[in-house]
Amino acid sequence: MKRLLERWLPAYAILYVIFLYLPVLLLPVFSINASAVPKFPLTGYTLKWYEELPRTQALLDAAWNSLVVGVASAMLATVLGICAARAITRYRFPGRGTAHGLIMAPLVLPEIIVAVSMLLVLLRLGLSLSLFTVVLGHILICIPYSVSVLTAAFEGFDASLEEASADLGETAWGTFRRVTLPMVAPAIISSLLVSFTISLDDFIIAFFLGGTDATLPIYIWGQLRFAAKLPSVLALGTLLLVGSFALLTIAEILRRRAERRTQAPGVSLA
Amino acid sequence: MIEIRNVTRSYGTFKALDDANLAIREGEFFSLLGPSGCGKTTLLRMIAGFDTPTGGSILVDGQPMDGIPANRRPTNMVFQSYAIFPHLNVEQNVAYGLKRMKLEAAEEKRRVEEALAMVSLAGLGKRGATELSGGQRQRVALARALVMRPKVLLLDEPLSALDKKLREQMQVELRRLQKAVGITFILVTHDQYEALAMSDRIAVMFGGKIAQVAAPKEIYQRPVNRQVADFLGGMNFIKAEIVDDAGTSIVVDTLGFGRVRTDKPAAYVKNGSAATIGIRPERLRVLWDDASARHEVAGTVVERHYFGEITHLVVEVPGMDKPLSVTETNDFGADDLPLGAPIRLGYDPDALVAMAD
Amino acid sequence: MTAAAEGEIAYRKARPGSKPLLQSETARGLALVSPPLLYALVLLVVPILVVIAHSFWTQNYLTIDRTFTLEQYRIALTEPIYRDLLLRSLFISFSVSVLTVALAYPIAYYISFRGGRYKSLWLFLITIPFWTSYLLRVMSWKVILGYNGVLNSGLLGLGIIDEPSTALLYNSSAVIITLTHAWAAFAILPIFVSLEKVDRTLIEAATDLGDGPIRSFLRVTLPLSMPGVISALLIVMIPTVGDYVTPKLVGGKDGVMISNAIQAQFGKALNWPLGAALSVTTMVVVTAMAAASVLLLKLAARRAR
Repeated sequence: MKRLLERWLPAYAILYVIFLYLPVLLLPVFSINASAVPKFPLTGYTLKWYEELPRTQALLDAAWNSLVVGVASAMLATVLGICAARAITRYRFPGRGTAHGLIMAPLVLPEIIVAVSMLLVLLRLGLSLSLFTVVLGHILICIPYSVSVLTAAFEGFDASLEEASADLGETAWGTFRRVTLPMVAPAIISSLLVSFTISLDDFIIAFFLGGTDATLPIYIWGQLRFAAKLPSVLALGTLLLVGSFALLTIAEILRRRAERRTQAPGVSLA
Repeated sequence: MIEIRNVTRSYGTFKALDDANLAIREGEFFSLLGPSGCGKTTLLRMIAGFDTPTGGSILVDGQPMDGIPANRRPTNMVFQSYAIFPHLNVEQNVAYGLKRMKLEAAEEKRRVEEALAMVSLAGLGKRGATELSGGQRQRVALARALVMRPKVLLLDEPLSALDKKLREQMQVELRRLQKAVGITFILVTHDQYEALAMSDRIAVMFGGKIAQVAAPKEIYQRPVNRQVADFLGGMNFIKAEIVDDAGTSIVVDTLGFGRVRTDKPAAYVKNGSAATIGIRPERLRVLWDDASARHEVAGTVVERHYFGEITHLVVEVPGMDKPLSVTETNDFGADDLPLGAPIRLGYDPDALVAMAD
Repeated sequence: MTAAAEGEIAYRKARPGSKPLLQSETARGLALVSPPLLYALVLLVVPILVVIAHSFWTQNYLTIDRTFTLEQYRIALTEPIYRDLLLRSLFISFSVSVLTVALAYPIAYYISFRGGRYKSLWLFLITIPFWTSYLLRVMSWKVILGYNGVLNSGLLGLGIIDEPSTALLYNSSAVIITLTHAWAAFAILPIFVSLEKVDRTLIEAATDLGDGPIRSFLRVTLPLSMPGVISALLIVMIPTVGDYVTPKLVGGKDGVMISNAIQAQFGKALNWPLGAALSVTTMVVVTAMAAASVLLLKLAARRAR
């Protein structure tokens, strides 16, 4: 059993990672394939699918929309996330668990339920669907991620650091500015990046609440109907992939730096 | 200097601190000593302003501290975890509180350097907070608090995170530093040796109550009750019967030690005619060969435990309900005493103290 | 010392402060939590209540008749088309969650017990694909499983099959494969976290007391990691039941799920009450299924001891 485990577990792990990556890595492969049909064997190398992209006005509009929605959602979700994470890690108050549960609820609800519920209310209120309503929805689904990232940072934070600051004469706001903020800054940036990525990738909320304004996933969805457009969608997908990968790598590096900071030696007494 | 007047801190029905009264003098090294959960940290945090009394009040220099937040009190604290700001270097840590005073740059620099020199960290100002050893972190915490020139420095178990050797060295240094700056130090500790070695006076606390306040020697030699005696070190408790109780001393009949006259402690509470007399194990000396003492008891060695420079003996004495603990240095061969050997122990009657149960 | 100091800190935290401190701490906590909480209440809880309300009403062309009725639920539960969609959605989400957890457990175990100092690199590696666009990942599966797809052309090229198989795409299995891939990271993380919490000396103790590796795994590691398995199961099962993109892209006629019907009611069909009733039914049924699975798992874990 032990021998079996030692030998097969790593092999399984590698197979699993291949299973995870293969579909994702097919996008870049076929995006530089000369044939318009994604199949093996590959027919030749080309960049023409990429060259088409900047000439497509609808795509540029969608990209701009996604950027605006992503930045707005990320910032607002992170501000709300800071409030929630701070309240949950620092204060005891009645209903704390319930409040935490409610704020995290979008994480364990079918996204379509979130989308249609909001749609129903927005239509009832007579609000027209636009990028603004998409932002409202994206904030809701980004908050749980923001809260998880920030809660981890606030939890690793020794409460006596803030007491020390107060003890040395600093006010509550001054303590927040001079101690708390610099220490959780990496986590805040990480929350911004993660939220932005979620907003950028989201389809369902944008699909239901976007009205006539298309974000990138909506644009891609529209293109999928046309087989001839597939290669340029693959090219676009590859660019998005590289972008997400870069953002997440930065987020991860920052998160680790924050972790190292808040868990400095000597602070952990136990 | 600091007055604790009827201070109570209750959590629902639980009282973390119950009607505490203390007067701490200017320039004094004062320790709050007790086991965990005795309320010592609660009291310290209330002096600092991190916790609020549910009853009574705290005065610093005659000023009531009620409603004054921690950042406006003339107290500074050395935290148990040291709470060194990890994103700042040593210098920036020490200058943290000064920044709010809007001093001139040169003055600020001078004070930081002075504080660093005081704790023997001169030249390490640019060192990052995460690159410091435990002892250095402790010194930075001290410098950061002292640079504020507080009226009172509060120390919350400041040595507990250090290893034994460094801890002993820091005890001496802290004591020296306190004498040099002349600031009132209030130390919270659960280590009786630390409190005895460093303090001018000690308050021993149990279960939210202050049991005894006195100088180290007094606390050690004349504990008011069994709990205090026990917490500060080994003690032989001897059952006794009061024969005469007049003035400042009492006369008791004891099992094994005969009739004894001892001082009556101030806080002594009389409990019928029964009394408890105590003697520390090191105050019983083995009488070798034909040596004799004016006061002695005889018994048999039943256990022997070797501790390097000393040996603990357990001696059964006829007529006593419990054997006696004896601590003897090893220079005369106490570590070689055979079990079952007859033994005589000499003592000074002054070493016998009466105490409450 | 540590124990002593922690004891005091622990009780200080465990007992909320009395009057003055209690008020300020409670007030501060509530003030701070209220913006995100209000946001969640207004944009999540209220909308869901509105959906529940709608599910008891009736659509009258462009207006809504607000007389209380269970008609929509009758339709949702008895009309063969919706009943079949619901059952298929449940079957798919159940299969996906069980499959995902079963595939994820060994990986989580490997990372936790054999990852050494590469643990966080492994975790990063595993979460990366999850962060790339969901839509694009589903699309790549379409490219892989299609008639002219990668799998077919690859198998043809290798001479394993003579003509492209049509069995790969546009059915429930395609949906299950795609979703299993999409939710992998969600299952690995909670299981990993709970495995990390397993005190390694407990396993040594079990071995010391005579258990072999399999028995100590079944009697110690597995039961102690059960909370992670359960949360992995829930975190995959509940959201996947309402997946929209995957069935639409790779499901074909045989892989349509309930969300496609819900979307239709809110879109073309314009029957909000029926859409609402379908949504509520889906939520209730998947919650019941999740609860039953958790119960079953807990019972099984108890038996294993």
